[in-house]
Amino acid sequence: MANNVEVKEIKYTAKDFASDQEVRWCPGCGDYSILAQVQRTFPEIIDRPKENIVWVSGIGCSSRFPYYMNTYGFHGIHGRAPAIATGVKLANPNLSVWVASGDGDLLSIGGNHFIHACRKNIDLKILMFNNRIYGLTKGQYSPTSEKGKVTKTTPYGSVDYPFNPPMLALGAEASFIARSIDRHPKHLQEMIRRAGLHKGTAFIEIFQNCNIFNDGAFSLLTEKETKDDHVLELVHGQPMIFGKNKDKGIKLDGMTPMVVDLTTGKYSKDDLWVHDEFDPNPARTAILAMFDETPGFPTPIGIFRQITKETYDEGLFRQIEEVKKKKGEGDLEKILFSGNVWEVN
Amino acid sequence: METDKEKELLQLKEVTIRFAGDSGDGMQLTGTQFSETTAWVGNDLNTLPDYPAEIRAPAGTIYGVSGFQLHFSSEDIHTPGDQPDVLVAMNPAALKKNLPELKKGGMIIVNSDSFDIKNLNLAHYESNPLEDGSLDGYQVYQVPISSLTANALEGVKLSPKEVSRAKNFFALGLMYWLFNRPIDNTVKWIHEKFAKNPEYIEGNERALRAGYNYGEMTELFTARYTVEPAKLPKGTYRSISGNEATALGFLAASVKSGLPLFLGSYPITPASEIIQYLSTYKNFGVKTFQAEDEIAGITTAIGASFAGNLAITSTSGPGLALKTEAIGLAVMTELPLIIIDVQRGGPSTGLPTKTEQADLLQAVCGRNGEAPVVVVAAATPSDCFNMAIEASRIAIKYMTPVILLTDGYIANGSEPWKIPHANELPDIPVKFRTEKEGFYPYLRDENLARPWAIPGTPELEHRIGGLEKSDIYGNVSYDPDNHHKMVTLRAKKIKNIENDIPLLEVEGEQSGELLVVGWGGTYGAIKEAVNKARAQGYKVSQAHFRYINPFPKNTEQVLRSFNKILIPEINLGQLARLIKSEFLIDVQQFNVVRGLPLRVADIVDQIIKTLGGNNGK
Repeated sequence: MANNVEVKEIKYTAKDFASDQEVRWCPGCGDYSILAQVQRTFPEIIDRPKENIVWVSGIGCSSRFPYYMNTYGFHGIHGRAPAIATGVKLANPNLSVWVASGDGDLLSIGGNHFIHACRKNIDLKILMFNNRIYGLTKGQYSPTSEKGKVTKTTPYGSVDYPFNPPMLALGAEASFIARSIDRHPKHLQEMIRRAGLHKGTAFIEIFQNCNIFNDGAFSLLTEKETKDDHVLELVHGQPMIFGKNKDKGIKLDGMTPMVVDLTTGKYSKDDLWVHDEFDPNPARTAILAMFDETPGFPTPIGIFRQITKETYDEGLFRQIEEVKKKKGEGDLEKILFSGNVWEVN
Repeated sequence: METDKEKELLQLKEVTIRFAGDSGDGMQLTGTQFSETTAWVGNDLNTLPDYPAEIRAPAGTIYGVSGFQLHFSSEDIHTPGDQPDVLVAMNPAALKKNLPELKKGGMIIVNSDSFDIKNLNLAHYESNPLEDGSLDGYQVYQVPISSLTANALEGVKLSPKEVSRAKNFFALGLMYWLFNRPIDNTVKWIHEKFAKNPEYIEGNERALRAGYNYGEMTELFTARYTVEPAKLPKGTYRSISGNEATALGFLAASVKSGLPLFLGSYPITPASEIIQYLSTYKNFGVKTFQAEDEIAGITTAIGASFAGNLAITSTSGPGLALKTEAIGLAVMTELPLIIIDVQRGGPSTGLPTKTEQADLLQAVCGRNGEAPVVVVAAATPSDCFNMAIEASRIAIKYMTPVILLTDGYIANGSEPWKIPHANELPDIPVKFRTEKEGFYPYLRDENLARPWAIPGTPELEHRIGGLEKSDIYGNVSYDPDNHHKMVTLRAKKIKNIENDIPLLEVEGEQSGELLVVGWGGTYGAIKEAVNKARAQGYKVSQAHFRYINPFPKNTEQVLRSFNKILIPEINLGQLARLIKSEFLIDVQQFNVVRGLPLRVADIVDQIIKTLGGNNGK
């Protein structure tokens, strides 16, 4: 794209995005990795001067994120980050607006704002740090904690069913849905990069370890011995293969997924479901999102879905221009003196 | 046959009419049209729409009655009138509900067709009031409005239901004849409103003309009435409601500040019209965001303010409660933001369509922590325009949230408004910080306002939020002394605004026995009451607050110039409480919380009572 050449002259390094504030997460917190991957990725994806980036957050450990980014930042109130970010974006559509939130912040108190941001396709990048626990309030269960979870508020185990975040985002028709893991830096960088390039609401669920209150919540997906058998990395155009020896695959039988063994000779690569991240059919994306809840299925990471549709901000400004064209630029004097006016002499 | 055009024409100074009917009868429309025409012929006027919260309660029931009262005069008036002189009742329920309010000997015009057994039962009448003598002492006019409308509309391609719905135009036409008003305005309105439905135009216009002609032809009425134009100051006028004036005020503030207007709002009665009006000004670049809830309404506005728009959010009582935490955030981040609260009856869902002024303490105090915000209140429908501009000016200049209080009565009520020219309105200066040298997010100017450095400004990248900030630098700070300092600074910033607002004015003698003090939408009722008491020789003055936090600088001096202070409010004494605690002055209260404007006569009685008979005469 020739007209991008000029813009790309802005050369940033990861350091440019680090603020002068001391990072105060617990040692060993997965947030450090997320911060590092964002700072590493930004020089590649930021196509505008740094002053046009805004980070918005709610409340929680993850929500301290804006303080550590040397961009404009707004640390809001619990759950409201998507709404605050919406206001920022609509006030100035030239801004690149990012939201840092946690599973409690975004899906519990902020659930309403999250689904409506997705529904309206507001051009926001939402990074949800999911550690399946409330960290800053010291260890209560969250809307993504598994049923039966024992925490300070559920001493006999939680009786709640957890949210499935990609399913929720899909239900709200988000135009970009992805998942990554704090301990998979290269993959996380790629997801951030792709979200940054997407136009519309981009949602990334990032599995993140809370080593204080929920240590090892994702160890099956991160430990060397187990991860290959439990993680399915979605790659566009590639068949779904996983397993230590790349010996397992996913086949789609009608609308029923099945895990197949590639070593028996019964199934080959050619029988497998080929991932299409641009698949317009949300039903197939939903099948993918439900893997987590199906015994024997791996947890997918990568881009679940990416579709193109007009963003809310594009729609809003298009409409303003259309009305201006139709009615002419606003004239205050004319509006004040409109309607049934009369003279008193 | 000669038409009787020579019926006696009686001059009246003022008239109060109440139109009442079923929620589906179009009484609000009838009232609005009569008001528009009345304004147009030059009377001063004031209106009170009064409707149930249910959109279409079962027809014929008392709780489904919708009313519209208007008071018009050849003199300066300030209220919709205590008691109607004329009641137009479209069915028995409307008669039953409104009769107690009608003046003794007043005029009743009823749609006699609707007084059948079914409707009488629905209204819980045991016998027909038109026949049982219970209306003796009133001037009752029985007009078969339904059948006359049906006759007039014969041949028009409308369903029987649509024909029946046109009866409000018949009633309107009849009232136009009775009060000697032209029908042209309404004819024009019908043509514009129903441009796409020629049958509706024909039906409604025919009904309107039929009503007017009926007045002329019938022997029922022996006289017609006329009210001469009021002597209003020279200028161009329009009739305006409070909500419309609020929307226009913010539009003007946007133009005069050069800032794009952003409204984040969630629909709520009686504030919804503000977002509806502003949504029509897209060609001014106005951005209206219908949010998913009240909290998103205000937080989108906070985000828009951070990014440099003139940001507002509109709501009513319960919505203000939901916005509370976010207002605290705007206090802490010191961003300009205007929160419009069109007060309604509370608590909780309360009386959604009725007026009240019981959110004052919520506005002044209702937040966690020491979270001072500016509170201003509009006094009349057209004053909403001025106060919207004032709220914007203060919010921008002092980097602070401002709560603008109006109420259901002035929001829906209307009055003639002398339209200001756009170039007469003062500019609102905006100073975005752009210089890098010496920039700190919580540095303060001579007004104690911090710099508005908006995203997109090179090298001013900074972070703000709800955690306590260090003075000047704006980093998160838990330092005890810093917190004390910041709490004090934020309070001082708001208090200092008293130097930048008009002094409290006293209408009448500047000192003496009794001062009647009010705030917000009770201005008109108090003014009329004070005028009436003065006309009877009582020495009483009036002062009215439009700025409540901070109070005008001379407030204590004004209050101490009188021996007695009387504070009428549509709450249980919220301004009284603020005055008592702020100035340690004793006040007398007059509180009536009926979901309706205060009655002039009641305030007059209270004034006389407070003065103790002849005191102050």
